[in-house]
Amino acid sequence: MKEAIDMTGQPEAFVKFENVVKRFGNFVAVEKADFEIGRGEFLAIMGSSGCGKTTTLRMLAGLEDPTEGAIYLDGEKVNGKATWDRDTPMVWQSLALFPFLTVQENVEFALKMRGVGKEERRQRADKWLEKMQITEFANRNINQLSGGQKQRVALARALVTEPKILLLDEPLSALDAHLKVRMQAVLANLQKELGITFVYVTHSMSEAFSMADRVVIMSRGQIEQIGTPEEIYREPYNRFVAEFLGSANIFDGTVQGPSGDDGWDISYEGGNTILPRSELTDAKQGQSVTFIVSAENMQLSLPGSGQAGIEASVAGEEFVGGTAMVFLETSLGQEIKVQKSHDELSALDLHAGSKVIVHWASENCHVLPGETG
Amino acid sequence: MGNENRIINILLKVHIALCLLFIFAPIAGSFVFSLNSDRFPSLPLGEFSTEWYRLIWEDPLVWSGFANTLIVGLTVAVIATALGFGGAYTDFRYNFFGKSFYLALALLPPTIPVVIMGLAMLAFLSRVNLSGTTISVIIAHGVMCSPFAMAIIRLRLSQMDPDLEAASWNMGGNQWQTLRHVIIPFTKPAIFAALFITMAVSFDEFAVAWFVSGLNETLPVKILGFLQGQVSPRINAIGSLAFISSMTLIILAQLLLRNPEEPKS
Repeated sequence: MKEAIDMTGQPEAFVKFENVVKRFGNFVAVEKADFEIGRGEFLAIMGSSGCGKTTTLRMLAGLEDPTEGAIYLDGEKVNGKATWDRDTPMVWQSLALFPFLTVQENVEFALKMRGVGKEERRQRADKWLEKMQITEFANRNINQLSGGQKQRVALARALVTEPKILLLDEPLSALDAHLKVRMQAVLANLQKELGITFVYVTHSMSEAFSMADRVVIMSRGQIEQIGTPEEIYREPYNRFVAEFLGSANIFDGTVQGPSGDDGWDISYEGGNTILPRSELTDAKQGQSVTFIVSAENMQLSLPGSGQAGIEASVAGEEFVGGTAMVFLETSLGQEIKVQKSHDELSALDLHAGSKVIVHWASENCHVLPGETG
Repeated sequence: MGNENRIINILLKVHIALCLLFIFAPIAGSFVFSLNSDRFPSLPLGEFSTEWYRLIWEDPLVWSGFANTLIVGLTVAVIATALGFGGAYTDFRYNFFGKSFYLALALLPPTIPVVIMGLAMLAFLSRVNLSGTTISVIIAHGVMCSPFAMAIIRLRLSQMDPDLEAASWNMGGNQWQTLRHVIIPFTKPAIFAALFITMAVSFDEFAVAWFVSGLNETLPVKILGFLQGQVSPRINAIGSLAFISSMTLIILAQLLLRNPEEPKS
C-alpha cells in the first residue's frame, strides 16, 4: 500500500478491494489493488488508457472475476457472484442503450429482468424519467435523441432499481465540452442528493478533480496514489503522479547535508536549493531526493537583479485563461514551466530567447515520497 | 456533378442493362410463352391464353409436388434458421480453441458440389432408413440452408455493440433473459430475412432433392419429370409461378435487411 487511506468522514467502507490481481493470460491488467470506498463516497479512478481502471470497475460490476484477492461489497465477498445477481449498475462509455426499445422500455429494463409487474415498472420508471427530465421523450426511440438526452436515459436506466452504488465508465467522453460541464454538475448533484456511492472511471483530470471526493490514480495496473483532489494536487506521491498532473517542475537532487536546524542543503543538476525539514524529516548525506515545485510557485527575475537562481531562456508561452504558462529552457536542456498572470509577465517584457532567472521559496518545494530513498 | 465521367457512366449503365437482359430475358420469355396459346414456343406469338395455368391448376401431380415443396420449405426455414442462429451466436459470444475450424465447417455445405452432396445424403439416409421420405428432403435441405441463415444472422450480430449484452447482464438479466430480451430482438430483422431466404433456397433446390426425395418429389423434381416426358408450355407456367414466389421471398428478405435501425412502426 502506497499511502494510509484517509477515511475521514467516511466511517464505513462500502467496497473493499483486498490485494486484487487481474491477469489476462500473461498480461497483468490490475496489480495488487488494495483500497476501500466509503458508503456514499464519490470516488474517481483516473489514468490513461490501458492502466487498468476499467478492469477495476468491471471487476466491481461482476463482469470480470479477479485472478487473486477478494472484493467485498457491502460486507459480502462477491468473488464469483454473477453480475446479474449483484445490484451494481453501470453507465457505459458507449451508453449501451437498447436501440430496439423505446426510452421508457430502456428505463424499465432492469425492473423487467427482476420480474417487477407492469404497473409498478411504469410508475418507478416514470419517477426516474421525471427526475432526469426526459419524461417528454418516454415514447421515443433511442436514435431520435441527442447526446445529452441519451446520457440522461442511461442514468435513469441504471438508477431505476435504486441501487446503493453506481458505476460510471467514462460516461461523458462522447459529449462536447459545453455539455460535459453541464452533465458533470448533474452527476455531482445527483450523487449528493441520492447519497449513494459513485465510482467514476475517467482519463480526464478535470472531471475527476471537479466531482470526486477522492481520486485513485492508476498506471500500468498499479495504484499510484489515492487521496482527495487537494492532497493529490498538493502532495503528489511519486514522479508518475506529478507528471500526470502536468503542472509541476520535477528536480532530481542529492542531499549535501543539514542546512541550519530546519532544512537540508540539496544539490541538483544546475543548482542548489534548501528543502525544509517538514518535507524531509530524516536524510543522510548523499541520499537522492526528488522534489517538485509547481509552476505557479515559480518566481521570475531579470538577469542582473542580483537574485540567485537558475538561468534559463524563454522557449515559448501558452495562454491559460487569466494566466500564461511560460516554458523556459535551462543551459542544461531542462524544461521549466512557470505560470504567471499576464500583468506580471508584461512587466518583465519577455519574448522568445529572453534570459531570465528562475527561483522559488524553499517552503514551496514538495518532496515526492515515492521517489526518495 | 462535375467529377463524373460521361463515358464511364454510359458504359456502366450499358453493362448493367446487358447483365439484367441476360439474366431476365429467358425468364421473361418463359413468362410470355406461358400465356401463349401455341403449343411450341415460337414467334410470331399465338393468342393470349391462360390455358396452361388452368392445366397445372387441375393437375394433381403439380399439387402434390407443391404441397411437398411447401412443407419442406417451411420446415427447413425454421430448422435452418434456428441452427444458423445457434452457429452465429456461438461465433459472436465465445472464443475457443479451433473456432476458425468450427466456422469453416459450419459454412462448408454450400461449397460442396450438389451431386456429391446428393449422393452422400442418399447413401447416408438410406443407411438410416430415411431415404425417400419427406423428412429426408428436410434433413438434406436443412444442412444446405443453415449456412445461409448463419451468414445473415452473423452479419447482423457483428453490427451489435458488444456492451449491449453485458449491459443486460449488469441490469439483472441472466443469460437466458438476455438472449430473449436483447439478442433476439436485436437480430429479429435478420432472423426473418433468414427464414425467407432459406425457404427460397429450399424451394429452388433441385439436385439434392432429386436424389433423396423418392416418391415425395418437390416441385422442381416434378418439373424435370415433365420435361423428360414431353415438352409442354405448362412448364413455362409452373416456372413463372416458382419464379414469382422465390422473388417475393428474396425481396421480403432484402427489405428486412435494409435499414434495420429505422424506427419501428
